[in-house]
Amino acid sequence: MLKIPCPWCGLRPETEFRNGGEAHIARPANPFAVTDAEWADYLFMRTNPKGWHRERWNHAQGCRRWFNAVRHTVSHEIAATYPMDAAQPPLPEHDGEG
Amino acid sequence: MTKFSIVSLVRNALSHHEGWSAQWRSPEPKPAYDVVIVGAGGHGLATAYYLAKHHGVTNVAVLEKGWLGGGNTGRNTTIIRSNYLWEESAAIYEHSLKLWEGLSQELNYNVMLSQRGVLNLCHNTHDIQEGVRRVNANRLNGIDAEWLVPAQVKAFCPILNISPGARYPVEGATLQRRGGVARHDAVAWGFARGADARGVDIIQNCEVTGIDVEAGRVIGVRTTRGAIRAKQVAIVAAGHNSVVAQMAGLRLPIESHPLQALVSEPLKPVMPTVVMSNAVHVYVSQSDKGELVIGAGVDSFNSYGQRGGLHVIEDQMGAIIELFPIFSRLRMMRSWGGIVDVCPDASPIVAKTPVGGLYINGGWGTGGFKATPGSGWVFAHTIANDAPHPLNAAFTLERFSSGALIDEHGAAAVAH
Repeated sequence: MLKIPCPWCGLRPETEFRNGGEAHIARPANPFAVTDAEWADYLFMRTNPKGWHRERWNHAQGCRRWFNAVRHTVSHEIAATYPMDAAQPPLPEHDGEG
Repeated sequence: MTKFSIVSLVRNALSHHEGWSAQWRSPEPKPAYDVVIVGAGGHGLATAYYLAKHHGVTNVAVLEKGWLGGGNTGRNTTIIRSNYLWEESAAIYEHSLKLWEGLSQELNYNVMLSQRGVLNLCHNTHDIQEGVRRVNANRLNGIDAEWLVPAQVKAFCPILNISPGARYPVEGATLQRRGGVARHDAVAWGFARGADARGVDIIQNCEVTGIDVEAGRVIGVRTTRGAIRAKQVAIVAAGHNSVVAQMAGLRLPIESHPLQALVSEPLKPVMPTVVMSNAVHVYVSQSDKGELVIGAGVDSFNSYGQRGGLHVIEDQMGAIIELFPIFSRLRMMRSWGGIVDVCPDASPIVAKTPVGGLYINGGWGTGGFKATPGSGWVFAHTIANDAPHPLNAAFTLERFSSGALIDEHGAAAVAH
């Protein structure tokens, strides 16, 4: 089980959270102006990286607030969590495998 | 290729079983092939086998970063069924089930198919409505399906707790008698042996590190054992499909998740069938060795880590003990995690890609094992003809922009 540092509540167990998938996917400003392929890219296509991943979490059974995390998809290490409207912290320099 | 038979068994017994030959070669990669298949799991090996057997395409390499059948093929709960709701799914999974039924003869290799039936439990009114609808849909598609009331469920699987006061009351179940389980490793080995005998090179410990594309067409792959040119490249990398597709600049509607399973200590035969429950998301069968083989849902987050959280296992074990109180003192022997590639509509992609000569077979999520022969069969057709077979014509990448999704989430007897 992951231990996730909620920006507001501190380190809490994963069972209190809901994963919200990849972060920073912006809804097209004018959905009527995009092609079907662009809309599909927004709705369905995902980066799904093997490595550092920016993703959304909701502290569903805690403060109920959303936030973003930088987590490694092999080691599961969480390098940072940050509010959804905060600037994106840089990705860590180490590869997260250690 | 040594043909396995009672005669060859007796002959080799006389020489103390020291004369059996290797079942496939371990060739060095050649500089060029007609078709390179990325991933020697069940689906990749089946693709190679049917390419060679049905389409005469034998200048084929199957590249595997580890050892063949060492990924999800060797790590699943081996359940086989075709009771899917939608016509597109029913057709491809039923085709696969029919291939399973003749596979041991076809491959001269015992895949130990055991058609002991698959029960899908219903615990509430909605489950019943969904189950009965699915039984009717299956029958319209020519797939065997039955609706069982609780007493019939109890008769079919006596150790189930059907008491009305149970935490998950059993209010009925669907039954596909032709469903069952098979020996997962044997499927990979049988297809590998058959493909190898027809000239396919299976190259293990050879990781693909890049895909070369020129003027919109694939021209080869780069690997840890050198560059290999290819006219056609087929990606069948399961949990790593996004990683491999990204080498050719493709974005997929796929996310990789850990899926865990576990087995108990061996028991005498107590579990006559496969029991699945969508509502509590657990499934269980008993292997020929006597171990209970138990699976559940995926962990919620993206991962390539081949392990999941203990709380997921705790949830599924809680459900198992409610459904089967007889298992309450059973000890679990080992657990493991694989990485599954999940599509938004819980249906696979078996299709051409926007890159010429590049094909993808993935997104099978948690339910790919049952499709192994059918998936290879239609994918081989797609590669050989550069066009899909009618059975996989709907399973395109384009369905995500056209909107023609095949939404099997919850519809497919159990969500995956």
